[in-house]
Amino acid sequence: MDRRPRSFYVLSGFFGLFLLFLYGPTLTIGILSFQGETGGLTFPMRGTSLNWFRELFEQQAVGDIWGSFRRSLALGLMVMVTTVVVSVSAGLAFRKRFAGSAVLFYLAITSLVIPSILVSLGVGLIFNQLGFKIHWATSGFGSQLTWTLPFGLLIMFAVFNRFDKSFEEAARDQGASAVQTLRHVVLPIIAPSLIGVALFGFTLSYDEFARTLLTAGSYNTLPLEIFGMTTNVTTPVIYALGTFTTLFSLGIIGAFLIIVWAMGKRRSRGGSDAGKAM
Amino acid sequence: MARGRQLIAYLQAAPLMVVLLAFLVAPIGMIVVVSFWGATEFSIYPAFQFDNYAFLFGSPVTYKVFLATFKYAIITWVFTLAIGFTVAYFLAFHVRSQTMQIALFLLCTIPFWTSNIIRMISWIPFLGRNGIANQTLISWGVIDAPLDWLLYSDFAVILAFVHLYTLFMVVPIFNTMMRIDRSLIEAAYDNGATGLQTLWHVIVPLTKPGIMIGTIFVVTLVMGDFITVRFMSGSQKANVGRLISNDISLLQYPSAAATAVVLLCTVLIVIGVLLRFVNIRKEL
Repeated sequence: MDRRPRSFYVLSGFFGLFLLFLYGPTLTIGILSFQGETGGLTFPMRGTSLNWFRELFEQQAVGDIWGSFRRSLALGLMVMVTTVVVSVSAGLAFRKRFAGSAVLFYLAITSLVIPSILVSLGVGLIFNQLGFKIHWATSGFGSQLTWTLPFGLLIMFAVFNRFDKSFEEAARDQGASAVQTLRHVVLPIIAPSLIGVALFGFTLSYDEFARTLLTAGSYNTLPLEIFGMTTNVTTPVIYALGTFTTLFSLGIIGAFLIIVWAMGKRRSRGGSDAGKAM
Repeated sequence: MARGRQLIAYLQAAPLMVVLLAFLVAPIGMIVVVSFWGATEFSIYPAFQFDNYAFLFGSPVTYKVFLATFKYAIITWVFTLAIGFTVAYFLAFHVRSQTMQIALFLLCTIPFWTSNIIRMISWIPFLGRNGIANQTLISWGVIDAPLDWLLYSDFAVILAFVHLYTLFMVVPIFNTMMRIDRSLIEAAYDNGATGLQTLWHVIVPLTKPGIMIGTIFVVTLVMGDFITVRFMSGSQKANVGRLISNDISLLQYPSAAATAVVLLCTVLIVIGVLLRFVNIRKEL
């Protein structure tokens, strides 16, 4: 192995500082959430305790943490499933180069870069003027999709650009119908990427704030609840909540990564199982 | 056959189209319409008047706030680009094994998966009057009294922006760098280019599409943001997003809509200019 240039060490140091910058603050509130019962929002720690986590689970004086957590979870799952189905469908459509595809593509890009508060404001106004009830599962759901679908579509583009079309041709040559080809060849091959799309869909929805602000109605989602707490909670209970939702997000990612890993393992053991069902 | 394929393509694209029409195009249309409406203290009423725009463009606050918005966008862009490029360059060209590359890359993306608001809150124990930064500086003897401008200031706002959005630079730049043909870099060295010359004349030009995509992300996110500015400045600073959200909280929807239309046009112009430098469809 040849010697590393000096720039390698400089850049490694820079990268280390970058990681410290990324993780430092979050780790700090992680530590502070174990603050003792008389402790405040900053150091020094006055002893350590699980007091603030206990409060999180017991007392519901401020807001409705668990209700909002359940709503965020339900909404995240709804958005996740919809994002996967709609993105795959649209990804397949874009492979066929239909008239108007450029318009739809630029619409999706616009959806991605448009300031979130505009979507929030516009959807809220429309629902109000049409007399529909603003609710996280209707207006909130739709608003979040304008953020998750473009991401899903971009991932699908990347997936299909690397897709080897000869697998499909082989299936067709053997007499598979278009639906059979899709079901038994295309979908199994792209399955690991679909898990990525699902993960994106879920976590983007679970953390989404601005697009849900004016479209969630009277029942808050978790990010809205956290935001409410920042203005009226002055105890480390908010750090405990932060630590809790951060760990929850990491748990979700971990679970998804394990699924991908298990799928890869199954695949490498038995080759592709595409076609076994035939 | 060809017509059947087209039909299937339309059916497959329809769900996306429907969502975007219902929750993107229609809402923007609604905002444009409402921006001409009038408002009383308690309600809004349909009208066709230019009062909202006249007020918006007649107020010196508007220009100040737009200037502040551009200031935040430009400063954040400079920092996220410098940091994002360096990090991506390190990962793409200095880390040799692919497993290590992916592991370090994942390490960078993990913070992205936790709540933005939590990530903002987490700066408080760092930057506050009795925060870690101040106490460390005092114990080192660098300063005598705590610095007040660390939290609730432009500094805090930009720091939070860089913290939240640098990843949006790292990902696309890393992505384009990974696709650069390594033999081009070998060729540059063989021809006697120094490291810096190779960086400037080979790597930077080839990384431009990634830089542009990252720029579009960062600039649009910062320009539309209202929550970071409110939170990190302790409500002492304003950008256009906050102007809109203030109007909303006062139920002045037509006025909020007019500001939103101007913001939208500004963002679209900025993106239009940026897109002249890169063909994003080609980069996917």
